[in-house]
Amino acid sequence: MIRTGTLLERDRDNEKLQRIIADFPILARPTSRGKRLVYLDSAATSQKPRCVIDALVQYYEQYNANIHRGVYEIAARATDEYERARVKVARFVGASPSEIVWVRNTTEAINLIAYSWGAQHLRRGDAILLTELEHHSDLVPWQLLAERSGAHLRFLPVDERGVHVLDDLDGLLDGCKLVALGHVSNTLGTVAPLETIIPRAHAAGAIVAVDGAQGAPHLSLDVHALDADFYAFSGHKMLGPTGIGALYGKKALLDAMPPFFSGGDMIRRVRYENTIFSDPPRRFEAGTGNIADAIAFGVAVEYLQNLGMSWVREHERALTAYALERLAAFEPRGLAIYGPRDPDRISGVISFNFADIHAHDLASILDTEGICVRAGHHCTMPLMAKMGWSATARASFYVYNTPEDIDVLCAGLEKAATVFAR
Amino acid sequence: MDDFYRDYILDHYRNPRNFGTFERADVEAEDLNPLCGDEIHMQLQLDDGVVRDVRFSGKGCAISQASASMLTETVKGMKLSDVAQLSKQAVLDNVGIGISPTRMKCAMLGLRVLKSAAIGRLAAWPDEE
Repeated sequence: MIRTGTLLERDRDNEKLQRIIADFPILARPTSRGKRLVYLDSAATSQKPRCVIDALVQYYEQYNANIHRGVYEIAARATDEYERARVKVARFVGASPSEIVWVRNTTEAINLIAYSWGAQHLRRGDAILLTELEHHSDLVPWQLLAERSGAHLRFLPVDERGVHVLDDLDGLLDGCKLVALGHVSNTLGTVAPLETIIPRAHAAGAIVAVDGAQGAPHLSLDVHALDADFYAFSGHKMLGPTGIGALYGKKALLDAMPPFFSGGDMIRRVRYENTIFSDPPRRFEAGTGNIADAIAFGVAVEYLQNLGMSWVREHERALTAYALERLAAFEPRGLAIYGPRDPDRISGVISFNFADIHAHDLASILDTEGICVRAGHHCTMPLMAKMGWSATARASFYVYNTPEDIDVLCAGLEKAATVFAR
Repeated sequence: MDDFYRDYILDHYRNPRNFGTFERADVEAEDLNPLCGDEIHMQLQLDDGVVRDVRFSGKGCAISQASASMLTETVKGMKLSDVAQLSKQAVLDNVGIGISPTRMKCAMLGLRVLKSAAIGRLAAWPDEE
């Protein structure tokens, strides 16, 4: 059904896909209504492969100990695995391990930038440039930073398809200290033209912080080549556990930044009167870290690396193309598809509404068929208001989704049409 | 849950009763469900502490809009002090069929707004009382 490559390639691909699906225990569990689980909400959180789940259990069963302290064997192993995970995650995005700060999630990473770098650099009259697509977590922290610093926010517009409009980019960058934007829109799937925006932001004297929550799981990344100053991402959207994420920051930036949280494990020397802090990344990692989840996050990126990120991208591109084609057949009956509608410009996310069926009702009816989609404002209320949508349904894809999942989704839409035809 | 979408629910969704706004209301309130963005605004006109007429407006799913529509029929002629005492069960009796826990807030939004209007401050979620 995926219409790329030769028949032989497709068959081989299908075998690979079946092996991947078998790695995810949850996908083998029927729903309470006896339906196959059709998980189309990976933009909210991804499912976890067996190896990630096993890594969590192994830590707690075999070498549970605190890190960076103990001299005994299991403490040394915990420290070693924790730091090895940092190396894996760093390699995955093309960074050095010293440039990777463990955080809880993307939101915490953005707050870290806002409180640490932001407090140091932003003054009254400075501008922060965001885009109209931003998730609340890449908007609210900057609103608060603007309030604290006297800086003001500007917004790079998007067109009615949710595509960035760059016509006045240089004007918007004038007087800008910081550009913060999502790599991929969680609502519409739009991939931001970072390769255009980042150099122009730098030329204007601004640094660029990328919200990579929807980027890192889906796209091949080389943060050095991209020349992003910060890149934030969450483990749980990329096959890893919840509660762990990473902030990439250029070494020179991190070196010059004050701590965000303070306490144990981030110090070099403490006197009653004052403290000398550790070098990054540990300067930003106060308190006992999320050891098990960091280690399992390392296993998750290893799993993705084994699949190959170019395979992941191509798989999602093909699924998106197939879904757009199937969904288009519902348009005469009132289905509205939002976003760029171009599989090359979106990353595994399709937002839609179906006739007069509210997105929540649609999601409830799909749920009875074992289909998981998100409905609502997707934490982008200003974008929804701009577009005039009160809610949309959103299907999002990942490595374990198949063309059959999209067929089931379409059968679910038929059912919803029947229910609402009464 | 698909059983929920009975004829009368869809009828109230598509043809909401007492829908619109008064120019002048004696008490009113509005709220939104932060999870999904559903909005309800309720206005009451009173005679001697009794609900003479009611209007609601808003947007949202069939569950929130139909529940609110049916509630407006429930409260006409009711004492405002009794409106303030209405419980979750009033909504469940109206809609007449099980609502899944994930959609309970949708069903309760209209009642919450109505009770807020009656007591003059934001009421608790009826399903959490």
